[in-house]
Amino acid sequence: MAIVDFGLGNLFSVKQACQKTGIAAAVTSDPEEVATATAVILPGVGAFGDAMQTLKMRSLDQAVLEAHRLGKPIVGICLGMQLLMSTSHEFGKHDGLGLIEGDVVPFQPGRESSNGRLKVPHIGWEPICRPVEHTSSDTWAGGPLAGLRNGEYMYFVHSFYVKPSDVSVVTSISSYGGTEFCSSLRKGRVVGFQFHPERSGPEGLRIYENLARFISK
Amino acid sequence: MTIRIIPRLDIKGPNLVKGIQMEGLRVLGKPEYFARRYYEGGADELLYIDAVASLYCRNSLVEIIERTAREIFIPLTVGGGLRSIEDVRTVLRAGADKVAINTAAIQRPELIRDVSRAFGSSTVVVSIEAFRKPDGKYECYTDYGRERSGKDPFEWAMKAVELGAGELMVTAINREGTGEGFDFELVRRVAESVSVPVIACGGAGKLEHISEVVQKGKADAFSLASMLHYPVASDYQVQNAQFAAEGNIEFLRKQCVYSRVQGSSIGEIKVYLERSGVPCRPLAVGMVSGAG
Repeated sequence: MAIVDFGLGNLFSVKQACQKTGIAAAVTSDPEEVATATAVILPGVGAFGDAMQTLKMRSLDQAVLEAHRLGKPIVGICLGMQLLMSTSHEFGKHDGLGLIEGDVVPFQPGRESSNGRLKVPHIGWEPICRPVEHTSSDTWAGGPLAGLRNGEYMYFVHSFYVKPSDVSVVTSISSYGGTEFCSSLRKGRVVGFQFHPERSGPEGLRIYENLARFISK
Repeated sequence: MTIRIIPRLDIKGPNLVKGIQMEGLRVLGKPEYFARRYYEGGADELLYIDAVASLYCRNSLVEIIERTAREIFIPLTVGGGLRSIEDVRTVLRAGADKVAINTAAIQRPELIRDVSRAFGSSTVVVSIEAFRKPDGKYECYTDYGRERSGKDPFEWAMKAVELGAGELMVTAINREGTGEGFDFELVRRVAESVSVPVIACGGAGKLEHISEVVQKGKADAFSLASMLHYPVASDYQVQNAQFAAEGNIEFLRKQCVYSRVQGSSIGEIKVYLERSGVPCRPLAVGMVSGAG
């Protein structure tokens, strides 16, 4: 598994979580290694535009798309999940990797919320829940969220969130300051988490254990 | 939204220390032991502050960060003596998720912009250490509460956010380590003047202080040291009778009970907060409420 290093974000914690759960992972910024890896993790914190520019400069965007064409699992975490989308509105309009059709949009700071002004970035632990239309069955079974309690708390740090055009890719929703947003998604072999499973304690590590199975399928 | 509980571990050399009003540091034990206890006990994040780095310009924390990050899977913020992009990169590479900057940011505010551009603004916590003067006005201090800066903390808070701080940490120096309660007025005035989350630091001595700083002080998170450390330190002494350390270990040797604060566990605090109507991440099933 290749953890894509594009100069931003904390690759170390992703790597530690992989090690802890028995996933052989290497941090790399070599497009060749990314394109031929068994799976790709796209981590990242920071700004969307800068991240896309860096990916393009190092030809890593094409490498990720090539891995996807070869049927390899692609896992986006936080900003990495947002990069999977087709467009973002962070500091102007930017094109993303386009693996998932949809937008990346901002929380509105200063808006009144139940406990005062809404603070952005959103930093903290929130529950992740199955979308309402899926509550009747365990749609997480067999996937990256398998075995988690509906409503399990995960750690978030973000100012933007994704709005997929096709809501059927949404695997969990969370809410912040009255705004419900997509906190994880899956479309075939493409998976994204808005939260940080590697910083979400033992339940977050369970997601990595699931990913280990998901990747080897 | 949920309010975060952040144990604060002040580190001097290889040891966890705690002082009063940022002076008279006592050695409590090895930070890794405390970090582990807090992780297992349900802490939402951890905060490591190198208590002497800005004085001696050294970064002794790196090894402790590496050992911690290998086994602890919650966010870790590291501060103390970080002066440049290179310093920040070093601690991030060692496993920190965020950095707290005070002294260097006051001396060179552009550092906030540089770090937020390089690593994302959510990586940058600007730490404000404010001293309340006899006339009721506040002043920012640097170098672990040692040096005056002449800066007004409320103006500085807004400037820091403008430059790219993703979060602010506000310490009331007068209250730090005293157990007399957070300075919730200071916290509220900062929290109301900025759009980013604010972490309240310094002064917690009992459970009521915590609900007060959240409800009256509008804190988005709070850090605790003495309240959490002292109960764990007495366990640590029992388990590490051979603990020999440099520095002031008289306190440990005498097995003193620190009477200014009510010792508590994260589990007890979370139960209390829920009862008080403060939303927080509940303890996971199977977590021992007495641990950490």
